[in-house]
Amino acid sequence: MQLFDELKTLGQKHIKADKNAQQSVPSGVWLACPKCKKSVYHKDLGVYITCPNCGYGFRISSRQRLEWLTDSFSEMDQDLQTADPLDFPDYAKKIEKAQRATDLNDSVLTGVAKIGEQEFCLGIMDSKFIMGSMGTVTGEKITRLFEYATEHQKAVVLFTASGGARMQEGIFSLMQMAKVSQAVYAHSQAGLFYLSIITDPTTGGVTASFAMQGDIILSEPHALIGFAGKRVIEQTMHQKIPEDLQDAENILNHGFIDAIVKREDEKKTIVWLLEMNQGKAGEQSS
Amino acid sequence: MALRNEPRKGGRAVIVSLFSKKQRTAGEIVAAARDGQKVTGQELLAEIFPDFMEMHGDRLNDDDPSIVGGLAHFTGRAVTVLVIDKGTSAKDRIAKHFGSPAPAAYRKSLRLIKQAEKFERPVLAFINTAGAYPAASAEEQGQGEAIARNLLGIAGVKVPLLTVIYGEGGSGGALALACGDEVWMSENSMYSVLSPEGFASILWKDASKSDEAAEVMQLTPEALLKANIIEGIIPEPNAHKRFCKNIIQILRPELEKLEKLSPDELVAQRKARFRKF
Ligand SMILES: [Zn+2]
Repeated sequence: MQLFDELKTLGQKHIKADKNAQQSVPSGVWLACPKCKKSVYHKDLGVYITCPNCGYGFRISSRQRLEWLTDSFSEMDQDLQTADPLDFPDYAKKIEKAQRATDLNDSVLTGVAKIGEQEFCLGIMDSKFIMGSMGTVTGEKITRLFEYATEHQKAVVLFTASGGARMQEGIFSLMQMAKVSQAVYAHSQAGLFYLSIITDPTTGGVTASFAMQGDIILSEPHALIGFAGKRVIEQTMHQKIPEDLQDAENILNHGFIDAIVKREDEKKTIVWLLEMNQGKAGEQSS
Repeated sequence: MALRNEPRKGGRAVIVSLFSKKQRTAGEIVAAARDGQKVTGQELLAEIFPDFMEMHGDRLNDDDPSIVGGLAHFTGRAVTVLVIDKGTSAKDRIAKHFGSPAPAAYRKSLRLIKQAEKFERPVLAFINTAGAYPAASAEEQGQGEAIARNLLGIAGVKVPLLTVIYGEGGSGGALALACGDEVWMSENSMYSVLSPEGFASILWKDASKSDEAAEVMQLTPEALLKANIIEGIIPEPNAHKRFCKNIIQILRPELEKLEKLSPDELVAQRKARFRKF
């Protein structure tokens, strides 16, 4: 049950086995979709791990996404390690555990990818790595990805997933927002294309920087997109907020993303958008 | 005399003078940063600038008063000023969400920064905010997008942007105006990724451990200076007028230094400032 075990650790809070279903079928093969609440047989999630009813993309690891997204991939900066700038108690242990669970050095996987003849720089954040929080290594890897792309005249495709700042790295986590933004700016000035694809959940400093800086911004169906956390809003404002406030669909209606794309359509959409947004750099190479 | 980093080869963290005050705990500095007797945004505008005209609106469909923006003279030159203000009267405070800017405030500030660039005016920003406005309305108006656009837009601005944190510097809501060329902090101020209460409740499930959190977070001016996050600390006596004079004295030479750089040098130096983190 490789697949289900994976899901169980990815989205424990959201995935509860259906109690009625448990009595008639072996336990662990029915899930409740966290968005539409319908029961889903695990095999019906398919290779893309999406809800057959509402299209919600369950939280998957970076490496799992890579399996169906690209034709080839060459990883970058997989050995960078955080300097633990606050010397935070037990942080090193937490990092080690996350590294073992995700096979990543920090919360983003970066490298050069190929789909067909299209070569581009690809980053995939992993919500399983300390909730996809932005540490110094996360920021550094994304910065280097944009710098590499600028130098080699390549587009950047970045899948975001983040609970926000990495608390254990304090102000140094905050500085990553500005550092990455500088690299995005230089890449953009070079006339190169940046496609940001938001996945569930993308919040805090990642929403308030590179997730919202793409030339084109896409989202997976029903992904949570926000700046402030739901609990923070409710506690600070003493207001009950609507269930769908931070749903991709509501964010689309308010004009902050270009389109919602189903996971199974992502590969062909990326290729098409890369072709459509080559600009001068593309003309030179073709 | 201000505490600051003196430039030197291969690094710049040299503290040239120290305050005579006795060492305070991080928790005490947090309390001082939030003190109700603290200088207000309106006082800064009145004391630092001989003239000031407020400019409203984000030119989309909104005006948020928590960031007061406009034009003024600073030591003889025209500048654009942005001040996050917590408000004074009860009505004012509510209108300004107690100094937590809504997206329209960030959009207005970026509009005024771009205008400053067009007319080659430096920008001076003053920050005192617990963070960006955490409301359902702000989410739907694109709080994340507004801050993201400031970070991207300011990255390439061809005029100097100097920032003074004079109270709370709360997370992305502060960074949106602190992503320029220099950041200075007043003695009684803090700058952090999250409030110490929030930090304690997330990491230790206990908001009452906020003093302990403040210590660990390195949010004091001295800790941030040591970490090269800021350029220096501005002495902040109880007398507000004296504090404003200190700000003028410190910003003036810093601005003159930045004005000598070509636009390309300025943007490159700004990039290098953040690249090291
Ligand atoms: Zn569903």
